[in-house]
Amino acid sequence: GLRNQSTRAGLSAEHATAPGVSHPPLQTYTEEEGMMREAVKRFAQERIAPLVSKMDENSHMDSEVINSLFEQGLMGIEIDPEYGGTGSSFFSSILVIEELAKVDASVAVLCDIQNTLINTLFTKLGTVAQKEQYLSRLSTDMVGSFCLSEAESGSDAFSLKTRADKHKDYYVINGSKMWISNAETAGVFLVMANADPSTGYRGITCFIVDRDTEGLQIGKKENKLGLRASSTCPLNLDNVKVPEKNILGQVGHGYKYAIGMLNEGRIGIAAQMLGLAQGCFDQAVPYTRQRVQFGKRIFDFQAMQHQIAHVATQIEAARLLTYNAARLKEAGRPFIKEACMAKYFTSEVATLTTSKCIEWMGGVGFTKDYPIEKYYRDCKIGTIYEGTTNIQLSTMAKFIDKEFDL
Amino acid sequence: MSRVLVGVKRVIDYAVKVRVKPDHSGVVTDGVKHSMNPFCEIAVEEAVKLKEKKLFKEVVAVSCGPAQATETIRTALAMGCDRGIHVEVTGKDYESLGPLQVSKIFAALAKKEEASLVILGKQAIDDDCNQTGQMTAALLDWPQGTFASEVEIEGDKVKVVREIDGGLETIKINMPAVVTADLRLNTPRYATLPNIMKAKKKKIANMKPADLGVDIVSRLEVLRVDEPPTRLAGVKVETVDDLVAKLKESGTI
Repeated sequence: GLRNQSTRAGLSAEHATAPGVSHPPLQTYTEEEGMMREAVKRFAQERIAPLVSKMDENSHMDSEVINSLFEQGLMGIEIDPEYGGTGSSFFSSILVIEELAKVDASVAVLCDIQNTLINTLFTKLGTVAQKEQYLSRLSTDMVGSFCLSEAESGSDAFSLKTRADKHKDYYVINGSKMWISNAETAGVFLVMANADPSTGYRGITCFIVDRDTEGLQIGKKENKLGLRASSTCPLNLDNVKVPEKNILGQVGHGYKYAIGMLNEGRIGIAAQMLGLAQGCFDQAVPYTRQRVQFGKRIFDFQAMQHQIAHVATQIEAARLLTYNAARLKEAGRPFIKEACMAKYFTSEVATLTTSKCIEWMGGVGFTKDYPIEKYYRDCKIGTIYEGTTNIQLSTMAKFIDKEFDL
Repeated sequence: MSRVLVGVKRVIDYAVKVRVKPDHSGVVTDGVKHSMNPFCEIAVEEAVKLKEKKLFKEVVAVSCGPAQATETIRTALAMGCDRGIHVEVTGKDYESLGPLQVSKIFAALAKKEEASLVILGKQAIDDDCNQTGQMTAALLDWPQGTFASEVEIEGDKVKVVREIDGGLETIKINMPAVVTADLRLNTPRYATLPNIMKAKKKKIANMKPADLGVDIVSRLEVLRVDEPPTRLAGVKVETVDDLVAKLKESGTI
């Protein structure tokens, strides 16, 4: 098996902190976090890895994979056991997403969106009735989609045009959404629509729209460069009637929820990019240790060693940024700047790593017979979705600016 | 009392490249990834399945070793065992712990816990002894069904299909009995995340071999551990005649 043996010590060493040390290293996990990571690592290697290439080629996520994600409890990591969830922590979700991404970034993003966006929204904003209706489905058999972007509004999310017109006790939603992940398999859609365009973004409201609602059309999925097994579809909403009780949270507060949740979601994406980079690296380095040219392993050439060490350093830094952002959030401390840093940095590191790994593997790295080229294609979306790199940088700059206010 | 005792051993992970210590006293274990012995996983799976079929009321996972052995027990709990027993053996005692001492411990526990069935992996992948199950049965004077590829409870008897050199042998033994699991007995489940969380609340009792009246002094002394000889490169030949010539030359034929 492919083993990342580098500095990874046994499980017990990772838990160990020398007596009297009150600040353990960032890579310190509770016993449960360690067990979860091991379980997911094994599950991903044995049940998902054999299907990755086929799912990528056919641009289709095997339904067995989705079912087994639910069976393993990976789709409701933070959901309360009373709703059939695992009842674990945000950091556990991050570890799970990282482990899944080492094997397949598409599977990781499915798990990430469900846990960090959909489940979080319902848990934080849901009424008792909404939670009862949806949370147990989300943890056991139903995938959710988050619908914010449109053809004319990506980064400029709040200029969205989808309208929700109020009638007595229901709304009629009209508009279209683009780039909706998981759309092919989702049973519920969280649609951001503007209930009062005259107030600008302060009319944006989050609506729960079930898949079988009349007027909701899921368009043909995009033919993408990477993350192909993750369905990305346009959505058409044609006079979709949604009862008032299907509003998640408050009318006109949708923009707040979107931002709030994307702040957390970006740590999840960071974990995905981190896992992607690590998984790619773990598969490329063994090749460099086997391949012999000019009488020695190509790993032993100084230029190679320097490149490999540099990339390993970048991945380590990316990991620390990601883990720290996650721990900050769990600790209830400010984390938005750090989350932006994590997402921005890991997506850049994923790009660097995958690009270098192909070079290290030479010709075979360029062929589809080896898994490396898929990582290269998959990483590109990291700098684009859930907040482009430029948006992350601008957000960080705003925080930095404030820090210097006297 | 319908209770199953399952033994689980913490061993160096199967995928790790094992290295011999420079002083040849053993293999390097510090900082090396460990996990549950694969045959023990199969044993746990079988025990949990029997409980799920309502043939037994409780599954108890037992491990002998230092503090880290509790991680292995915790994994067994996450797979569905009800509670665990950690028999603490550390330092030099642990290094010299072998099948005879472990079977004495299991025999004592099987009696103490009034187990109807003891399921163990057929062997551990570190020492490959393939003795503990057999010795435990002998110490208890219980029947044994080893190398099991199928286990079926029929009343107060166990039907065991055994993988033997000649094929498959089916035996029926009275309970209480010892069964050892072979590779094809089942496919162990993954510990699901919710079960990992539930396992945190399950109890692991702690005890020492002395508490069970077991003397763990070893009668064996490991003199030296070496790597297997390096496999020499082969020679490629072009024709069958060359092959025959080379085989004759090497004295093989």
